[in-house]
Amino acid sequence: MRLLRMKPGHGEVLIAEGDVEIAEQERELIEAFRAQLDQGMWAAVPVTSSDGRRQAELVRDFSEVPRDAERVIFFPRAAGGC
Amino acid sequence: MFAALGVCGLVAAVLAAEVAAPRLKPLLERWRLRLAVVPQEDVAAYDPGRERRAEQRARSLLRSCVNEDDWAMYRDLGFLRVWGNGSAGAADGHGVAPYAYLIYPHKPIVAYVPQSSRLLSEYCVDFPDRERPYGSARLPPSDDVLAKWMALTADERRLIGSANLHLAGRQHNPDAVRADIAALARWDRARPQSVEAARSTAS
Repeated sequence: MRLLRMKPGHGEVLIAEGDVEIAEQERELIEAFRAQLDQGMWAAVPVTSSDGRRQAELVRDFSEVPRDAERVIFFPRAAGGC
Repeated sequence: MFAALGVCGLVAAVLAAEVAAPRLKPLLERWRLRLAVVPQEDVAAYDPGRERRAEQRARSLLRSCVNEDDWAMYRDLGFLRVWGNGSAGAADGHGVAPYAYLIYPHKPIVAYVPQSSRLLSEYCVDFPDRERPYGSARLPPSDDVLAKWMALTADERRLIGSANLHLAGRQHNPDAVRADIAALARWDRARPQSVEAARSTAS
């Protein structure tokens, strides 16, 4: 699993990478996940629905991330603009 | 005599300043604001090559997340369509969602009625990065689109609740949006499989 974060002026940045089946790597992933949420990021997991359509799921805790997810994408929290 | 000339000159200078002050003051204010708002390091930090590379990365990420048809739509037309699913009866008898969104990079999301092309509203939403790496809080354009797409497909109500709602036409030119909707209809007709995919989502 890879944790990616969108960055202005850069595109996505790899925050952490590891295998959730390995306890130590999972712990590192969880710490990195929480750190991003603490910084005010939203976390989304790209998924494919049963009918083949791609969509995303917003997750608020690492336990909500599907175990087989390949990546979690962090992006700044939405705010009213214009 | 020189003293008298000096006094006259001084009086003339003061009068000229009084006359010119209303015109000079706004100019000086604008100049002062310009210096204050744009720090020199921001200008120095802007690198067009870096921004271009960032956008290329963002496009690759977007392409890897959305459907092939959606990617083709963004590549060909410059925006993404997302069907609305906020109402319980998302699809009517014809299998078409009652409303949809157009996602543009760094512009408000537009809600519209696909059957009539009627524009409903604009949702102004940003994803500002408070850390401001390289001096800017703005994501690359395709990352902005992907962020909107992820938030809309994952939790439409949450995103719409975060946005500022305006009547259609506040930021977008309504004629330009209608032209985009017409272009999208032509694009759909040229790619019948994409229409089927969209309808299957709506039904």
